[in-house]
Amino acid sequence: MQHKSKMAGADGDDSLYPIAVLIDELRNEDVQLRLNSIKKLSTIALALGVERTRTELLPFLTDTIYDEDEVLLALAEQLGNFTMLVGGPEYVHCLLPPLESLATVEETVVRDKAVESLRKISQEHSPVDLEVHFEPLVKRLASGDWFTSRTSACGLFSVCYPRVSSTVKAEIRQHFRTLCSDDTPMVRRAAASKLGEFAKVLELDYVKSDIISLFTALASDEQDSVRLLAVEACVSIATLLPQEDLETLVMPTLRQAAEDKSWRVRYMVADKFSELQKAVGPEITKNDLVPAFQNLLKDCEAEVRAAAANKVKEFCENLPEDSRETIIMTHILPCVKELVSDTNQHVKSALASVIMGLSTILGKDNTVEHLLPLFLAQLKDECPEVRLNIISNLDCVNEVIGIRQLSQSLLPAIVELAEDAKWRVRLAIIEYMPLLAGQLGVEFFDEKLNTLCMAWLIDHVYAIREAATCNLMKLVEKFGAEWAQNTIVPKVLGMANDPNYLHRMTTLFCINALSEVCGQDITTKQMLPVVLKMSNDQVANVRFNVAKSLQKIGPVLDSNALQTEVKPVLEKLDTDTDMDVKYFAQEAISGKYTTLSIFFLYEVASLGPRSKWPILYVSERSTMCPAECVSQCER
Amino acid sequence: PPILSRLNPSRWSCGPPAAEGNVQDEESDTRKINNSFLRDHNYATEADIISTVEFNPSGELLATGDKGGRVVVFQREQETKSEPQRRGEYNVYSTFQSHDPEFDYLKSLEIEEKINKIRWLPQQNAAYFLLSTNDKTVKLWKISERDRRPEGYNLKDEDGRIRDPSTITSLRVPVLQNTDLMVEATARRVFSNAHTYHINSISVNSDLQTYISTDDLRVNLWNLEITDQSFNIVDIKPCNMEDLTEVITAAEFHPQQCNTLAYSSSRGSVRLCDMRKQALCDTHCKFFEEPEDPSTRSFFSEIISSISDIKFSHSGRFLMTRDYLTVKVWDLNMETRPVQTYQVHDYLRGKLCSLYENDCIFDKFECVWNGSDSVIMTGSYNNFFRMFDRNTKKDVTLEASRENSKPRAILKPRKVCVGGKRRKDEVTVDSLDFSKKILHSAWHPQENIIAVAASNNLYIFQDKVT
Repeated sequence: MQHKSKMAGADGDDSLYPIAVLIDELRNEDVQLRLNSIKKLSTIALALGVERTRTELLPFLTDTIYDEDEVLLALAEQLGNFTMLVGGPEYVHCLLPPLESLATVEETVVRDKAVESLRKISQEHSPVDLEVHFEPLVKRLASGDWFTSRTSACGLFSVCYPRVSSTVKAEIRQHFRTLCSDDTPMVRRAAASKLGEFAKVLELDYVKSDIISLFTALASDEQDSVRLLAVEACVSIATLLPQEDLETLVMPTLRQAAEDKSWRVRYMVADKFSELQKAVGPEITKNDLVPAFQNLLKDCEAEVRAAAANKVKEFCENLPEDSRETIIMTHILPCVKELVSDTNQHVKSALASVIMGLSTILGKDNTVEHLLPLFLAQLKDECPEVRLNIISNLDCVNEVIGIRQLSQSLLPAIVELAEDAKWRVRLAIIEYMPLLAGQLGVEFFDEKLNTLCMAWLIDHVYAIREAATCNLMKLVEKFGAEWAQNTIVPKVLGMANDPNYLHRMTTLFCINALSEVCGQDITTKQMLPVVLKMSNDQVANVRFNVAKSLQKIGPVLDSNALQTEVKPVLEKLDTDTDMDVKYFAQEAISGKYTTLSIFFLYEVASLGPRSKWPILYVSERSTMCPAECVSQCER
Repeated sequence: PPILSRLNPSRWSCGPPAAEGNVQDEESDTRKINNSFLRDHNYATEADIISTVEFNPSGELLATGDKGGRVVVFQREQETKSEPQRRGEYNVYSTFQSHDPEFDYLKSLEIEEKINKIRWLPQQNAAYFLLSTNDKTVKLWKISERDRRPEGYNLKDEDGRIRDPSTITSLRVPVLQNTDLMVEATARRVFSNAHTYHINSISVNSDLQTYISTDDLRVNLWNLEITDQSFNIVDIKPCNMEDLTEVITAAEFHPQQCNTLAYSSSRGSVRLCDMRKQALCDTHCKFFEEPEDPSTRSFFSEIISSISDIKFSHSGRFLMTRDYLTVKVWDLNMETRPVQTYQVHDYLRGKLCSLYENDCIFDKFECVWNGSDSVIMTGSYNNFFRMFDRNTKKDVTLEASRENSKPRAILKPRKVCVGGKRRKDEVTVDSLDFSKKILHSAWHPQENIIAVAASNNLYIFQDKVT
């Protein structure tokens, strides 16, 4: 490093100038330039050498805490990787002052990043330096006047504790204890959220003597914002303790949390349920958690029910195998049945995202008898999110009950949605088609869903036609070119003779999307002739889309076809009477193709024959999203 | 000091009126007042009218907001040996434009820049933070000091001339030098697009993580660090707006219990909500309302029972409400009637008709507690404001006026004569000036210092130091 800085000096102005600019821009008025300089701080430090970095750059940075958050954030991050630039682990403590001042700013993201960097460089301190430099910093932060510094301290105890002498360890424990009963809820929250992490590095005896009492105190804090964080700590603490101690040390607090007056605490219990379940083991799960979970599923607050509903599958999966089915059938399923007709759509939606997973756990007979009616009910739910959550998880049911059963029971409901009067519902279903196709297999797809996919191509809403085109491409990716040649290509090409010019253009859009996945053979032999023939269409929109399509499929074609077939047609279009057709023909010939023009085209295509729209109008509208534009026009 | 003495008007002396501080005569020259901001009071414009006053939790700072969207922060002068009496003077610390007039193009509505409320956050580091709101948008401001400036450039010399790049042979790292103290105000967060109606209150939660903003029909809960989402926790909007019978007039969080909030309505009731019970607080857990006295019922009953302000006591045990004619103190444990009711200006009861005609009946008077919850203060007309000692039941009327109060002079109690013969020094009801009203006031959180806003003037009075 020393060597390098001399080099920079010796090289003269050429190498110094860019560094000089970077240094000056550390205080430029433009935030972006300052940010840029901070991100290249290592370059500056390298040029200055380790000595000047330590004695000049770091003192300057220590006092630069007035800056914008994004600059401070970048600075906090940089300093975490600065050890080598200040002279290696021997000097790493020089980085503590700037990080200490960053750890006291009001912006949480900056503080957190400073703490993260401090944690990182703590590992680079020798045990002696840790006690001489790092630990005093933690103490200073922990006893700071403002709560911002005390909250930052909470995240640093666990990294120094394992590496210091037993006297210092005792001090650290004392500091942590003090922060757990701090006056401000901010600090108590920070302490509560680090309690689990701190417990992990403590000796088991201290976990039992110190941590448990802190945990109990935080879990009964007057502020629910503190209590709810104790739930998280509960998971780590329970993992650390031997099974026989759980009942006396942890369970009273956990039971209390599951029945807390505040819904936010109960929400947290529901949200962490799987982790809690694993931490306390099968016996306590059977005796305590099952009834607790039932209560959460029936909670009076919808947020809690939704969180619990989200955990239904995981909870059932993790139940001890010997009693799993009985517990689910007698205790959990009755609650789930009630949730299917919950008054709150978030609850139903949360349930719908996991309920299908129960079929693998319960097996075929139970699924058919008990779960299928629930799936069907949810598939017909008035809320689209609920329906979509069901559809996107069909595969797990397929595995359990088989395709036939599935098709008889659930497919009619899916088809119904695919023909829904609301175009947004149809759009959502289309987006699930490739997924469904993958889950159900090609044979089943051809039989039941193919007609549907083709029908969307002539939907009266442009957004649907566009999505249907894209859907075809994804289907071909799944089922292969041969399938495409037999099932969809003939139908797509047939539309080229449709009296409606919009449908004729759909053919072109489909070809654009399909040519690459179908490959050269199909493209040249089947698609190209149709495209070329359409160059004589009487609607200009179709003609310039031909030019565009030719350009699009060009890379798939061989040079012979390009020269003998494509080029003459493009040259003919170049002499078209319509200036837009000309324009796109030229574009295609020169091979230039801007995304802007695609966008412009979507507009024209979606609004009907272009000639009817004044140019001004089209260009004005072009800032809008095409799909929205269509929906407004067609409504 | 004993409570009794605090209400002895002879002990209230007039401190320097801070804004528009002309009363302070010669002394004002020595103070660092930004003259461009403080205009001559004779030419005060609508924009200069103070619309909110608030001390910070330590009382060292005092913020005012005005109709022009400006926030002025005053700082209390530190005591010095040479001039011990200066302790208690509040001087301008920072001035900034918090809100600007806007136009809502969708609704064709002008959005005024007027600052409706200011609330300070507890101090979290060397900087100070406050929330200010107009009708629609809440902003979080940081007020910080800077007394050092980096010096030394590589590409420029001391005079700012660009140096020839070829002459740069060594690198200079900037060095921080002490400079004059600069106070900067920066908008750290803007919380917008969450209110259809006008925001009347903001209140910071004791968890120091969240706050509420309240408009006529809804209460929204925000995280102080998140601007793109807020949770609507109370919504009293009926499906059909024709069924609307009341609006929310003010809301406040309990000072210690982070789950408790209270909101008042235009029908004279207060609802207490427990956020622990449910995420949506549409159902209240306590309902404070005094049954109406049928004997005093009149056309104006409903209007004058509307609550214009609510304040929890510092202890968290009591709740104070201000309606047009009275201030009431409620014990949170008793919903049926207030524990104390104080008449603010009962002599106006006979003049309600004319007060209705000049719209004064819709004035929204605020009310405040002193630091120990033993005295309450609220405003009236004719630049009078009232204090009530809850223990001794004594009350006093004082006047904030330029003419009657010289700096450091002791305030004389004022009296409104009610019927009978007018005694010397008394004012008749008919001579009251209803255009001069004390709507906004604040009490130092620990000491006996009060700030009273009268139109474009801010008066600061303090308990006389003996």
